[in-house]
Amino acid sequence: MATNDLKLLGGWFSPFAVRAQIALSIKGLDYENIVENLNSKSDLFLQSNPVYKKIPVLIHGDKAICESAIIVEYIDEVWKNNGTPSILPSNAYDRASARFWGAYIDDKLYNSLRNGLFAQDIESKKKHFEELAEVLLKLEDVLNKSSGGKDFFGGEKIGFVDIAFGCYLSWLRVKEKFTGEKAFDEAKTPSLVKWAEAFATDPAVKGILPETDKLVEYALAMAAAIPK
Amino acid sequence: MATANQEEVRLLGKWASPFSNRIDLALKLKGVPYKYFEENLANKSDDLLKYNPVYKKVPILVHNGNPIAESLIILEYIDETWKNNPLLSEDPYERALARFWSKTLDDKILSAIWNACWSDEKGREKAVEEALEALKILEDEIKDKKFFGGETLGLVDIAANFIGYWVYILQEIAGLELLTLEKFPKVYKWSQEFINHPVIKEGLPPRDELFAFFKASASK
Repeated sequence: MATNDLKLLGGWFSPFAVRAQIALSIKGLDYENIVENLNSKSDLFLQSNPVYKKIPVLIHGDKAICESAIIVEYIDEVWKNNGTPSILPSNAYDRASARFWGAYIDDKLYNSLRNGLFAQDIESKKKHFEELAEVLLKLEDVLNKSSGGKDFFGGEKIGFVDIAFGCYLSWLRVKEKFTGEKAFDEAKTPSLVKWAEAFATDPAVKGILPETDKLVEYALAMAAAIPK
Repeated sequence: MATANQEEVRLLGKWASPFSNRIDLALKLKGVPYKYFEENLANKSDDLLKYNPVYKKVPILVHNGNPIAESLIILEYIDETWKNNPLLSEDPYERALARFWSKTLDDKILSAIWNACWSDEKGREKAVEEALEALKILEDEIKDKKFFGGETLGLVDIAANFIGYWVYILQEIAGLELLTLEKFPKVYKWSQEFINHPVIKEGLPPRDELFAFFKASASK
C-alpha cells in the first residue's frame, strides 16, 4: 500500500501539534506520529526547523513544513482533490476572514490563556482571564455570524477557524479545573458551549484532544518548573 | 452611482508604514486601480473603526465594501483575487515556504531590527546582537537567489520591504551599521534588486520624506 510518506513531529500536549493532527484526520491521511522530547531534540527535528526549533513540523517526503497554521493550509492544498472535505473556504474573502480569525486566536486567546494559567500572582491571573473572557465573547459573536445556524465556524463541517480554536479546548478544560469556573459561560457564550461539544465529539477530532486529567498533570509540572 | 460590475478598491493606510506600503506594492504589481486614504492614527476615521474594530489599525483593504485587515492576509487576498503577476507559486510547498518566511519576517526579524534602531544606551548592545542574528537568518535564506521567491519578485520580497528600504533609513538615523554590503552581502544585493525593480521603485515612499519623518520621531 502506498504511503503518503508523512511524519508529524509533535507533542501530545501541544495545541499546535493537535491542530496539525486534526487537519490530517479530516483529510483521511495516514502518518507517523513522532512525539518530540523537547529537552533532547532529535536531529531530524533540529534539521527541519532551524529557525524556531519548535513543534509541530510536518515532514512530507523530503520537505519540512513548520508553523501549525501553515501546515494546515499545506495539507488542505496538497490533498484538495482526494474526496475529503476542504478545510479552508473556497471564496477568497471567506479565506481572508478565516485566516484573520485564526491569527486572532493564536494571538489573543493563546496569550491570555497561557499567561493566565502560569501567572504567579492573583492580580495578573485575574487580568489575563478577564481578557480571555473578552476573547471568548468575541468568538461567540464570530460563530453566530459565520455558522449560518450550523454547528461550526465553517458551517456544516469543521473548518479552519474551528481547528484553530478547537485545538485549545483541552487547555481551556485545564483552566476550568484550576479555577473551578466553566470554560464557556453558558449565559454569555451559549453557542460556544454547543460548539465545543460538537467539535470534541466530531469523528475527525475523536482521540486527538489530550485528556484533561493528563494535561492537568502536565500543566502542574510546567508551573512547578517556572523559576520564582 | 456604482454599477453592478464596478470594482471598488480602497486602501486605508499610512504612507510611512512598511505594512501599509506592502499593499500599495502588491496592487501596483497587479495593475489594480485603487483609491488611497491616508489615516491619521491620532484621530481615527469612522471607516477605520468600522472596518477593523478588532485592532483599529492600518492597512485595511476594502474591496466592493468588504474589508480585509492584516497586511499578509491582504496580500494573499490580492493574489487570489487578481491572478496576473502571481505573488505566490502554485506549488503547495513553495507556498508554505513563502508563508513561513513572511511570518518569520513579521514575528521575529522586523521587530529585532526595529528594536535595535530605537534602543537606548542600556539595551543597545543586546538589541543590536539580536538584529544581526535576524539578518543572518535572512542571509542564509536568500543564498544566491535574485529574489526570495526565485527569479521573480513575490510575496516574501514584498513582505521584506522594510529590509529592502526602511532599514537603511532607520539605521542611519540611529547611527548603526546593521545591513551593510560587508556584513550581509547577499541581503544587500537583494535589497538593490528590490529597490531597482521598476514597479517597486515607483511604489516606495520618497526617501527624503521618510528620513525626515523618522528623524522627527527620533528627536521626540
